[in-house]
Amino acid sequence: MDFATLLQMLDATLRLATPLLLACLAGLYSERAGIFDIGLEGKMLAAAFLSAAIAAVSGSVWLGLLAGIGASMLLSVIHGLASITFRGNQLISGVAINFLAAGLTVVIAQSWFSQGGRTPQLSGDARFNPIELPFAGALQDVPVLGPIYYELISGHTILVYVALLMVPLTWWILFRTRFGLRLRAVGENPAAVDTAGVSVIWLRFAAVGICGVLCGIAGAYLATALQAGFVKDMSAGRGFIALAALIFAKWRPWYALYACLLFGFLQAMSLRSDVIEGVIGFQVNGQFLDVLPYILTVVILAGFVGKAIPPRAGGEPYVKER
Amino acid sequence: MDVMPKWADVVLIPLISILLAAILSALVILAIGENPWEALKLMVDGALGSTYGWGYTLYYATNFIFTGLAVSIAFHARLFNIGGEGQALIGGLGVAIICLYIPWPHWSLALLGAAIGAAIFGAAWAAIPAFLQAKRGSHIVITTIMFNFIAAAVLNYFLIGALKAPGMEPATAKFPEATHLASFQDMFNFGETTFFRGAPANITFFVALAACVALWALIWKTRLGYEIRSFGHSESAAKYAGISPTKIIMVAMLISGALAGMMAINNVQGEAERLVLNAVEGAGFIGIAVALMGRSHPFGVLLAALLFGFLYQGGAELALWTSIPRELIIVIQALVILFTGALDNMVRMPLERLFLSMRRAKNDGRTI
Repeated sequence: MDFATLLQMLDATLRLATPLLLACLAGLYSERAGIFDIGLEGKMLAAAFLSAAIAAVSGSVWLGLLAGIGASMLLSVIHGLASITFRGNQLISGVAINFLAAGLTVVIAQSWFSQGGRTPQLSGDARFNPIELPFAGALQDVPVLGPIYYELISGHTILVYVALLMVPLTWWILFRTRFGLRLRAVGENPAAVDTAGVSVIWLRFAAVGICGVLCGIAGAYLATALQAGFVKDMSAGRGFIALAALIFAKWRPWYALYACLLFGFLQAMSLRSDVIEGVIGFQVNGQFLDVLPYILTVVILAGFVGKAIPPRAGGEPYVKER
Repeated sequence: MDVMPKWADVVLIPLISILLAAILSALVILAIGENPWEALKLMVDGALGSTYGWGYTLYYATNFIFTGLAVSIAFHARLFNIGGEGQALIGGLGVAIICLYIPWPHWSLALLGAAIGAAIFGAAWAAIPAFLQAKRGSHIVITTIMFNFIAAAVLNYFLIGALKAPGMEPATAKFPEATHLASFQDMFNFGETTFFRGAPANITFFVALAACVALWALIWKTRLGYEIRSFGHSESAAKYAGISPTKIIMVAMLISGALAGMMAINNVQGEAERLVLNAVEGAGFIGIAVALMGRSHPFGVLLAALLFGFLYQGGAELALWTSIPRELIIVIQALVILFTGALDNMVRMPLERLFLSMRRAKNDGRTI
């Protein structure tokens, strides 16, 4: 494998890791606050559809992004109502949200566009286009660093940079602000937070809301940046890979970045099986690379490589003592 | 003392939940510019208006009985098995291997062999998540989700590799004639009038009914069932009573996986008579809705499975005759899961208040 191919692979890694990272951080906020969310997949899918639909109709990708976030937030509100207000089973609620999104997106897409459950192709301003960072063209000829800057760091859509910036921001919010401290506390011991006079309900709704916004961006990225338009089931299990990455990262932001980059790299590899064959000399089953994130997560969960301990109050509805 | 009479808990709450789901579904149909009443009539006509329609409805219902029972038995041990989809896929692998590589003399023996094979393969696929839950404390929901994806990859690997029949399609060869299960068409053939012509319902439906009865007996009439239920109600109390959590988790999940796997005798051996990619078509997930709606009771599961069989066949008819896509069924399924599962308290809390105030009014009348 030559240097140019390596850069291409890493470039694809970054692009494919972005939706995983956004969804993973979304799950991080929610689960740190004690609300399990296996509905990441559904929220991404709903956001992908509505962002593409609105972008196609209005011609503005920013309106599309807003609509996508709105769709994801709506599902978040349902999840919040079910799991916080009505103290229902968070896992069942997540399953319901996944199916609701999988069904509704196709039904509505068929009704609006009559193209077999897809939206029209997006182009121009209806998509997020790559941004060239300053001096990228000028520095392109500098050996080694030039191509890295030009190929790998520059030339992504703005959402890629947003996702990367979310990592330090999330770390700062969770570990350096009062809100973050309370959010983590509500996931470990909600009774203590309640005793301190802070509303458990509102903290958890805030976390679920942040989760909705991030899933919305992730979904919009899928349909308006990574691809040009919505197709049925386009999230393709990414919500579950993000969930796997979250466990892999043991619910910590920086590790989430590394886990998502790793899983993104696996996805990039399965797209370029010719390159892998060239490097290691024999053919690797693409299917195997696709499910490797799941297998790795099961291994982590089995506790063979460190132990992944979820937030203690995760999945438990909070009942105030009477 | 319970706040509500038992019939309200068993009948009224599910009924209200389904009604809410139905109203929302009707609104969806209305929103995409179709007439919900016409749609319902089409669905009833398509699914129940002929023995052909019934043949499909019962075929789908058979799938959902197995997956619904699978989710139910896990629910009784307070385990949420989302892995029915993967377990049914791997069960199909078991059925295919048994039907293809063993020369069965008669279909009845083949049915027995395939059922055992499907159960063993399905149970084996559930065993690893169960073991990890019991011994390592890793959450069974997450591991079973992961195992669904891994199962799909395993199946893909075999269908483009070792088990692939010659040709373009990733599928096994057709099973030998001797493994053909008696379909309803074969069974209800009275000379001139043939019922269920061309429909895939087959003898597996009766196996599913037997499974309902067997599971009911297991849960409520045996010591093991008692242990599973008490573990589900309170893990600490069960432990104190000398019940081993590891044993209950393993046993409940093995039965669950076996039941999900046994779905394969219906769809793989009974209908397709070969193994294809994505043979399960989401039936494993519908099992969740069926179990929730049936309140994890085998007879409730049977009724719910029949309802979903009707929805599935009716939905296919809708997609055929109107512009409503088949995915509408997924929306209905999601709403059923949402209302009977996650939003249960939304219906329950006001009802409990109602019953409480009614009882108070009655008691007040007595004291005067």
